Amino acid sequence: MPAQSIWTLLSWGPEGWSDDIAYGALVTIVLALATLPIGLTIGFFVAWAKQSEEPSLRVAANIYTTVFRGLPELVTLFLFFFGMPILLQYVIRLFKPEATIDVDSFIAGMIVLSLIFSSYASEVFLSAFRAIPKGQYEGGYAIGLSTWLTMRKVILPQLLRIAFPGLENCWLSLLKDTALVSVVNLAETLRNAGVAARVTKHAFLFYSVAALVFLALAILSSIATGFILRSLGRREAR
Amino acid sequence: MSVSQAISVDRPPPRARGWPRTRIVGYALVGLWILFGLGILAYLIYAWNGEFFARYAPAYLQGLWTTLSLVAISMVVGAIFSLPVTYGRMSKSRFLSGIAYCYVYFFRGTPLLVQVYLVYYGLGSFRLQLESVGLWWFFREAFNCGVFAFALNTAAYQAEILRGAIESVPRGQWEGAASLGLHKLQTLRKVVLPQAFIVALRPYGNELVLMIKASAIVAIITVYDLMGNAKLAYAKSFDFQAYVWVAIVYLVMVEILRHGVEWIERRITIHLHR
Repeated sequence: MPAQSIWTLLSWGPEGWSDDIAYGALVTIVLALATLPIGLTIGFFVAWAKQSEEPSLRVAANIYTTVFRGLPELVTLFLFFFGMPILLQYVIRLFKPEATIDVDSFIAGMIVLSLIFSSYASEVFLSAFRAIPKGQYEGGYAIGLSTWLTMRKVILPQLLRIAFPGLENCWLSLLKDTALVSVVNLAETLRNAGVAARVTKHAFLFYSVAALVFLALAILSSIATGFILRSLGRREAR
Repeated sequence: MSVSQAISVDRPPPRARGWPRTRIVGYALVGLWILFGLGILAYLIYAWNGEFFARYAPAYLQGLWTTLSLVAISMVVGAIFSLPVTYGRMSKSRFLSGIAYCYVYFFRGTPLLVQVYLVYYGLGSFRLQLESVGLWWFFREAFNCGVFAFALNTAAYQAEILRGAIESVPRGQWEGAASLGLHKLQTLRKVVLPQAFIVALRPYGNELVLMIKASAIVAIITVYDLMGNAKLAYAKSFDFQAYVWVAIVYLVMVEILRHGVEWIERRITIHLHR
């Protein structure tokens, strides 16, 4: 193998690997962004159930967070990635024998990350719920809003503002957790860096590049959240 | 108008009886969980395989031991290593605090999996240099690489926990101790740390739980911990219960730890809430 300089290896194009790693970074970002809305929605409803007056709802929500916060991320991922095809196949064979099912690693990753993200986000939402005084609900009731409307128009806007810093932490750990999906062969940053490392035998170089990509994403998101936080703060001040 | 009437006007709506919507949804969800649990149980009974159990249960126990020792060693080494990092973070010197900040930011901002790969594959590619300094025997073993990466990682998190806890002790405590003539180390040991540890206990417990959960990823670099043995069992037998069992073991372990930490916290804060 001809000795290639580091700069050739890191160049853009057929000789270098930068384009592959950039593509991987794009997949990482898309995966995290696709997970975010699902995770936030589930997390919100789980937190809502946790602070409800109905004991059965609380129990159901607590089981949810206990399970998905207690299981290692990797185990959850493997359970879904290997278990879902078996289950789906079993169900589908009832209607259509001969059918085979393959689960896309992007979809499996998205589901698993949503479950994990939502169980952590629900804790953040729950503490935000507790910070909102009871009078807000009673005020909504007094002017004749339904429970759902009170939640949407009165509670949710305040809730998001209080929960925002905690959710930022959840987002950062979501970004890091996407690296785990590389284990089930999704071509994201770490996976592509690993391929480059194996082909070129420059493992340290390419894993460092992957680490730098994740650092850059973390820095970018803290800049973005800083902007959002500042605009939220301005709106509150007015 | 009597007082009781005035109160009854202000009273919020009475609690719903019978079957309001939340109760229906709640019962349905709990029912789903029960069904799910029964489904897992039925699956495990249906898939019960004495041969599988006899063959892999000892391996799982061995893996459990590997997991626990990996986490224990890295927690202790990380705790020791977190002391200089905490010192750097709290020092007034720009240089020291800058270095400590970069260290913490790097290890908290990148995935643990990347750090483990950097140590295992990355340092592994410098074999000749490592051999010449006589460190190759250490980095040859995947287990040691895992411990190394985990210790560095948890040192960053523990440094932040320790710093937060020390800073949560009010300044007056330092000043009071100084006015009594205690020097800095004495103050730290006798006055500040006992108060800081009460604050730090819960984050330390969380960090321990996070480490146990994260330790599953060393299975990817060929360490036969709990998860590694599950992977091996699945690869050999194609029996999905390999992963179901490992999930149950992890879940039980994490729950025991979580409740243990809560119990300790209740015990050592008895004097605070009466």
